[in-house]
Amino acid sequence: MSGDLLAIGLFSDYTLRTVALGSAALGITSGALGTFAVLRRQSLLGDAISHAALPGVALAFLLTGSKAPLALVVGAALAGFVGTLVVMGVTRTTRIKYDSALGIVLSVFFGFGLVLLTFIQRRPDATQAGLDRFLFGQAAALLRRDLVTQAVLGAVALAAMLLVWKELKLLSFDPDFGQSLGFPMRALDVLLTSLLVTAIVIGLQTVGVVLMAAMVIAPAAAARQWTDRLGLVALVAGLFGAAAGVIGAVVSAEAERLPTGPTIVLCASAIVLVSLLFAPRRGLLWREARGRRDRRRLRLAAVLEDLWTLERQHVDGAHAHSAAVLAVMSGGAERSLAELEQQGLVRRVGDEWALTDRGRAEAAGRESR
Amino acid sequence: MNAIEVTDMTVAYGEKPVLWDVDLEVRKGVLMAIVGPNGAGKTTLIRAVLGLVKPAAGQALVHGRPYAAQRSLVAYVPQRGSVDWDFPTSVLDVVLMGRYGRIGWVRRPGKVDREAAREALAQVGMADLAGRQISQLSGGQQQRVFLARALVQHAEVYFMDEPFQGVDATTEKAIVELLRALREQGKTVVAVHHDLQTVPEYFDEVTLLNVRRIASGAVDEVFTEENLRRTYGGRAALFGRNGA
Repeated sequence: MSGDLLAIGLFSDYTLRTVALGSAALGITSGALGTFAVLRRQSLLGDAISHAALPGVALAFLLTGSKAPLALVVGAALAGFVGTLVVMGVTRTTRIKYDSALGIVLSVFFGFGLVLLTFIQRRPDATQAGLDRFLFGQAAALLRRDLVTQAVLGAVALAAMLLVWKELKLLSFDPDFGQSLGFPMRALDVLLTSLLVTAIVIGLQTVGVVLMAAMVIAPAAAARQWTDRLGLVALVAGLFGAAAGVIGAVVSAEAERLPTGPTIVLCASAIVLVSLLFAPRRGLLWREARGRRDRRRLRLAAVLEDLWTLERQHVDGAHAHSAAVLAVMSGGAERSLAELEQQGLVRRVGDEWALTDRGRAEAAGRESR
Repeated sequence: MNAIEVTDMTVAYGEKPVLWDVDLEVRKGVLMAIVGPNGAGKTTLIRAVLGLVKPAAGQALVHGRPYAAQRSLVAYVPQRGSVDWDFPTSVLDVVLMGRYGRIGWVRRPGKVDREAAREALAQVGMADLAGRQISQLSGGQQQRVFLARALVQHAEVYFMDEPFQGVDATTEKAIVELLRALREQGKTVVAVHHDLQTVPEYFDEVTLLNVRRIASGAVDEVFTEENLRRTYGGRAALFGRNGA
């Protein structure tokens, strides 16, 4: 499908529009809030929260007997939140480390959720159909009421984030200093975690519990590559999240039997890959290029200085030397000499090489620095 | 009335006491160093006074009242290594954090705050680096950013955790000048300090700490070889007043 057709399809097809808007809402929210999780090195917290949410979805269905989005989302949020409280409690009261606590909560809650899900699916009534989409996500099944729930919750979470932006920045950069100023850092931590839980649960139906963490981590990690300002990181992460969400959801809704979660996550991963490679200054290619440039500059400078040193060993001013003499002092002399000649810093004298006036000034200036 | 009055401060991690029944009195306008070997509880003492660790016992008064009621009088310079300097933010932005307490919840820093931040940066010789990304700072510059952040708090009492740790000569000189300027304004400074050689030159008073308080008072009186030996357990003979 070409871009134009896709755009027309997006705006005319009701289902597709619902899917795209819902995925955009979840992408923006998880991307922006994920920024704080990534900067605080709590990326895996998102993974624990999303897996911990599964039993909440199942219990909410068992208790209310309905698949109303709000009921399921509230169930997921409560379970996710309880999961993080357990993580905090375990790290504080036992000798178990943070990462182990995350792993324990993730697997125990997720396992319990799977048991409940199996139990539900074995029941004779048909109302349960489709709960398993919470595992890997299914954007095509999104309804308008799901979209409204996602959009409203996302807007509330983002508004709260903007409201206490300055306090969250303090929490992320230097919580001890923030505490010394009198801001309740533990309460802010709980608030931020709650916002993160919100961002995660609104994505569960579309992306699924298994891969939702990627939507918290990937957009923020990619955005960090492109900018050094916190506000811009969050903004770009939101945009990346939205782009990955929309593209992935639309593609999976169009193609049959393509699960949405993995498709969205693949899009987000592509963004991460491009960012890791090509971002200016922090990108791998950029750093490799800078490394080469620095090495080349050093190599040329070494040859220039060698020529300068050699020249001063002789009484007559512009004494020339063969490349072989220089090669004794620094490797790759031939290539460096050719490059220096192009820059007008050395000149050929028969088979030998001498400094030009400019080259001599350059070498002398380098030495005096 | 003393600037700081700590009584019976005791902190334990698990079974192990880190600070044991420590008293500390600091008069106003004094520069005091806290010295002691690694694990002596120097950082913990500051953190306990600031309420960052929960003491098992003890209390801290600042200008005669409990610390919690006097936060606006107190500035804190944590160890430079305690934060991630790759955090996406600028020098000015970090210094502005020192204003957050007075700005209060939700509201954003305004023009007055930015002016105060620029002024503080000028005081530590970093006026032209305000817009720089913090990951591009040298260790000494990082330290000066932290000091500027404390300066914009316009506090009366300054707690500094190893301000001289790993800084270049320029920064060391800037910090010393800053400490003297603060003393001239009648401010009080308590700094954890590692370099015993410079204690007499930089500070008026010193507290020797090793889980318990070994001695505290004017440098002339208590910074003796005998007290240092009691603090460091004999390993400090080289560092005596006139030694080394």
